[in-house]
Parts: sequence; structure tokens; C-alpha cells
Amino acid sequence: MTKKLMYGTHAIGEAAIQAGCTCYFGYPITPQNELPEYMSQRLPEVPGGVFIQAESELAAINMVLGASVAGARAMTSSSSPGISLKQEGISFLAGSELPAVIVNIMRGGPGLGNIAPAQSDYFQATRGGGHGDYRLVVFAPASVQEMADLTFHAFDVADEYRTPVMILGDGMLGQMMEPVVMPKPRKGKKAAEKDYILTGAKGRPARLVKSLILDTKDMEEHNWKLVRKFKRIEERETRWEGYMLDDAEMVVIAYGTAARIARGAINRLRREDSNLRVGMIRPITVSPFPVKAIRDAAQTIKDFFVFEMSTGQMVDDVRLALEGQGTIHFYGRPGGVVPSARELGRSIARRYYQAIRKRKQ
Amino acid sequence: MLIKTIFSGFGGQGVLSTGQILAQAAMLQGRFVTYLPSYGAEVRGGTANCTVTISDEEIASPIASEPEFVVALNQPSFSRFQNLLHSGGFLLYNSSLVEPAFVRGDIETRGVPITELAQKIGNVKVANMIMLGAFIAVSNLLAFDRMLKHLPDILGAGKAKLLKANQEAFERGYHFIEEHAHGD
Amino acid sequence: MKKVYQRPRSLRDVPMHYCPGCGHSIIHRLIAELLDEMGLRDSAICVPPAGCAVLAYYYLDIDMVEAPHGRATAVATGIKRVRPDNLVFSYQGDGDLAAIGTAEALHTANRGENITVIFVNNAVYGMTGGQMAPTTLAGMKTTTTPAGRKPKSEGPPIRVCELLSGLANTVYLERTAVNSPANVIKTKKAIRKAFSVQQKKAGFSLVEILSPCPTNWRMDTVASCTWIDEVMAREFPLGVIKEVPC
Repeated sequence: MTKKLMYGTHAIGEAAIQAGCTCYFGYPITPQNELPEYMSQRLPEVPGGVFIQAESELAAINMVLGASVAGARAMTSSSSPGISLKQEGISFLAGSELPAVIVNIMRGGPGLGNIAPAQSDYFQATRGGGHGDYRLVVFAPASVQEMADLTFHAFDVADEYRTPVMILGDGMLGQMMEPVVMPKPRKGKKAAEKDYILTGAKGRPARLVKSLILDTKDMEEHNWKLVRKFKRIEERETRWEGYMLDDAEMVVIAYGTAARIARGAINRLRREDSNLRVGMIRPITVSPFPVKAIRDAAQTIKDFFVFEMSTGQMVDDVRLALEGQGTIHFYGRPGGVVPSARELGRSIARRYYQAIRKRKQ
Repeated sequence: MLIKTIFSGFGGQGVLSTGQILAQAAMLQGRFVTYLPSYGAEVRGGTANCTVTISDEEIASPIASEPEFVVALNQPSFSRFQNLLHSGGFLLYNSSLVEPAFVRGDIETRGVPITELAQKIGNVKVANMIMLGAFIAVSNLLAFDRMLKHLPDILGAGKAKLLKANQEAFERGYHFIEEHAHGD
Repeated sequence: MKKVYQRPRSLRDVPMHYCPGCGHSIIHRLIAELLDEMGLRDSAICVPPAGCAVLAYYYLDIDMVEAPHGRATAVATGIKRVRPDNLVFSYQGDGDLAAIGTAEALHTANRGENITVIFVNNAVYGMTGGQMAPTTLAGMKTTTTPAGRKPKSEGPPIRVCELLSGLANTVYLERTAVNSPANVIKTKKAIRKAFSVQQKKAGFSLVEILSPCPTNWRMDTVASCTWIDEVMAREFPLGVIKEVPC
């Protein structure tokens, strides 16, 4: 278990390779360029390794589709504007039920926006993003270690459920370095048999992988099948982390970088600010969303403080999870601004005291 | 304890690698650490900076809005990052290049003539390591002896040729502060 | 009686949905015959396009994956890089390859991907109802150029083979037609050549096939075939456009 100081982007790349990813296709965009650069150096060292700098995001995601249908573990990465371009391919991957891992190192938007860390693409990531009736599995790491661990895990989830999976990071997580223990493949663990991949129809009926289903009844059944699959994923793969919930009067809900800052703010408030009893629920999968965790918390806790580096996107999921129970407080910092733990702490403390006062009245 | 330091200067002065060496050393001394470089358009045009956060507990944000230390290797960085410093913070600067004309009254400063010191060693490329040595002496953030011992691991095989010069520079910078305890 | 012809093994025994006089069915059959004759059926992977030939997977009895409109060569690139020993080919129309998928086609060719593109040029968007394609001839009426294509504002037709011939890594580019028995035979020869180029791992090959679309051309089937000779082949000259010895 040796720790290594790694960039977030490099940790993703190395974890992907450790997970058996042999194909990477991408296009330059800040702040994730260090990932394709890493893969261009690393993949030639891997047996069967393929690296292509594609002519566009569209080409890159479709090369992923080709590599995936040929049976390889394949990945692409980009940042917000580039992910918009990839949506066509992601929709086709979902419709054709092909595994793939897509990394979004989010930046400020809309449009060209800026290159600073933001959480502007939550809706796009969790609501399908591309056209059609489907859901994406989305992991939201909050440290470089989690960038590695969740990327490693994402390939297994993608293969097991035949679904595209997204790693939703941001410019800060991508650009920073932290100590990492790299996950290693478990010995003797065999890759799942893929009975749908294209290898040439030697000695078996020809295979067809497609998303075109002209018959409406068949298409309807396909849509319900995707729903059942996501339900299974929801039951088995939903992840979240609770922090200081036992005695909490108020729960902060935040993911990724925002959750790091929230943890710092909570530590500060509990230590310095007359022991404010604040805890946190940190969604690790933002899709499927940890609805049950929030509902369970709402049995005893009435105040929920949602913090996002956006104008408020995940807050909708919290609202849906609470179904009218409790009170939601929202603090948003869009545009690439990363507030300090102290700034966030002030906002939390204000709402905390307001809530207590209101309850006493 | 949680301490944030901004290293800043021209591209090519080794600002980013200096920050990385400090971050690696902190990791090897069992501390929590984050390293965050400036990136994208910000680094075009020849300026570079990075933030190193070293702590005894998990680090919330790797961004320094009010760092405890600033290390400035050129004049523009000296002016720009001085303004960010936490009141009572410390500004360590390269006195070979920086003219400390305007200085806030609520901070401490210290100049190190890293180019001249590096020339004495016979290699101007290791000027940044002189600054890092001086920084360790000023900040007491990490154990000097352990860091010196870890340098071969940190610099790696690629820098083996320059290891001796780097070690010497690191020591020279550290002792410069020790020897000139009350400023120039 | 001696059997002189039978349905190729690589072609499924189902009626095709194509319009009377359409060239797709001929081209499908030629591909199927070649896969049989060259012993390539077991290793073939085809990427059909969006458009009329989207349903090619009902007719060719080989492994197939559908690509988004225009992205067939990118998908084929992904497949071929993972499975370099399989025969990988895309089957694309003019809108697919020369409009929405130009970037993918150009860069796949430029990288010299060892794949084959079967490029069916019928000068219109067929499936969507006969709109202007990048290969629509000057003055030609379509449902979106009711007064005829105006090269000044809508551009002249794009000659794909000539465009790609300037790229260093293209190995074999030929333009043929399927409007007469003689031309059908030449087309089969060209596809055979393209597949063998790929078998030799020599690089990128493309066969552009001028193909009749009587429905959208508003012509009968015989007139369509004549029109290819008399009009279309003047804009798109038949023959080998580029061949690098391999």
C-alpha cells in the first residue's frame, strides 16, 4: 500500500488502466488535458492498448462505442462543453446497452463559460443529457483517492449492467494533487462474459447491436427494460456517506468538491462556533440519487442545507426526496467560484440559528 | 494545524516543481496535503503559481484565498500575492529579482538572493531549491532533516544527475535563514 | 439442370424493403457474394448508416453495429483498433459520409485506418424524402432545392474520392456505378480489391458507388440508369481515383 502524490486526472487514468481499460479516445479541453496526455503515454505500455486523439468529441465518443461493441473496456473524458457534444453518443450507448466510462471534469458555463471548477452540469449528467428515455449512472468523487476508486469501480458497474457510467468531477479535483493508494485488480477475478460483442459471426448466429427499434411495442418494452435495469442499479449501487449525523439538527447535502468544503465548514462550526450540531449527507452516486438516506434523515432532522457550486440543480433532487418534509436551505456559488470553508460556515450558521429561533417560536 | 502556501513566479523558475517537492515531502512525513497549480489561460504569458496546503487533518479546500505564506520569485508575484496574505502572514521573496518597494505593514517579509547563492553552487537551475530550503527554515512546516533524506526519492531517477546540486541548494537556503536570523 | 446461381450464405433469405430500381439491394448482394467468395463472412463486422440502408442488418447475415448518423467511420475505427484481424467496413450514404460525417470520414482516412468504406452516392437524402445532399448535382431539383441546386450559394457537389485522394494515408479509392451489368461487375471487382487491401493491412480504402434512386429522382428505373451514365458520371468520373501499390 504505497501512497503516491497524483493529479486527479492522472489518478483517473491509472485507475482505468488498473481496471482493464485498454482504449481511450479524447479531444483536448481544459481543465482535463492531463488525462489524455497521461493515457497517450501509458496506453502504449498496455497490451492491446489504444489511444487516439480524435478529431472531435463526437468522433471520440463514437470510437468508444466501437471499442465497447468490440469487447474492450473503453473510456473518454472531457469538460462541460465537450460533454455536450458527446451526448449523442451517450444516448446511443444507453440505447444500445453498451458499457463505457465517460469522465466530465466540469467547468463554469453555459456556453464557453470559463475553465474554473464548477458543478454546472448536474442536470445534464443526471437527467440523461442526451435524447431519449434513459438514465446514466453518475459517480461524484470528492478527493483524488475517490477519483481513482470510483473510476476503477465504474468499469465493473458499466460491464455488469451494460450501461454508460459517468465520473462527475470538476476542475479542482482534476487539477489538484493528493496522496493516492491505487486500486489493484483482484487476482483470479474473471471479466464478465460478454455475449453480445462483435467478433465476427464464426460458428454462431450473427449478432446485431443497435438502438433503432421501429416497432412501437418493442420500443416501449425496451424503455421499460431500461427502467427495470436502473431500478436494480438503484437498489444495489446507490452510495452515499454520512458525516456527524448522530446528533445533527441540520444536515448539509453536498457532493464532490462542494462536499469537501462542507466538511471543512462543519468541522469549523462544531469546533469554534459554540458546537453547532450540523452533519452531512454526501451523495457519492448522484444518479441514482440516495433518496432513502435523505428520507431516513428527515424522520428526525427538519433542516436540510443544500450547497452546490451552481445556481441550484441537485437541490431539486433533495426536494423530490423530501416530498415536502422539512425545510430546505440553499447556498449556491456558480461561475467557477469555490468558496472557503469559512464563507460556507457563515451561511450555514446563519440558517442554523434562524431555524432554531423559528422552532422555538 | 492547516497551513496554505502560494509559490509564484515566472514560468521556468521552477515554481510548480518547488510546490510539488514540498507536497511530496509532506506526504512522506505523514501529513495531509494538497497541491493545486494554476492552469489554462492563467499560465499562458509566462506566470505560474501553485498552492500547497499541509495539515494534520483532512483538507477541505486546496484553494488559498488567504494563505499563511507566499513565496514570490518575481516582481509581479510579489505585488499580486502580497495582497492575498493573511494578516500576520509571511512573504518570502527572491531578492535577486524583487525590489521590495511596497510592503504591507501587517505582514513579515524576508528576501533571499537565490540567483547569487545558486551561482556560488555553480548551477542557477537549483535556485528554486535554495528558496525551498529557506522556506522550510522560515515556516518550520516540515522536518528539515527528514526532507533532506527524502530528496532522492522525491526527485527520482530523472533528476539523479542534479541530486547533489539540489541537496546542496536546499541546505544552503535553509542555513541562509539560520545564519541571517535578523534579516539582511 | 445445373445450378448457376444461388443466394449467398452471407445474405439472409428475406425480401428487401428497397424501392424498385434502387441500387442498395445490388450492392448488398455484391458484398454478400464477396464475403462468401473471399471467406470473410466469419470475420466481417459492418457498420451501417442512418438512412435507407439502416436496415442492412436485416439483409446481411454478419455481425453489425449501428452508428449515429455520420459517425460510422469513428465507430469502425474503435472496432478495428480492438480487433485488427477482423474485416471491418462501414456502409454509408452521401449525406452520412459527406455532410454530417465529413470530419469523421476525412480524419479516419487521414489516420489511414485499415478499414473499408462502401460509399453509396445517389445524390439525394433517400430515407428522409429526397432532400439536397452534398453530392446533389448543380441545377438538380430536390425537395429542398425546388428551383434546382445553386452552386453559388449552395455549393457545387462534393467529389469525395478526389477530396480524400490528397491525403497521404489513403490507399485505394475507386468510383464505380451499379446502373448496368458491366458496371455491376466492375463494382464487385472494386469492392474485392478494397477488401483485399484491408486484408493486407495496407490502410484506408473506399469504393464510391453511383447508385440509382428512381423514387427521389422522379424517374423510372431505366431512365435512372441512363441518367447515371449521361449526367451523374460526368460530374463524378468513374474509375480508380487513387491506388497505392501494396
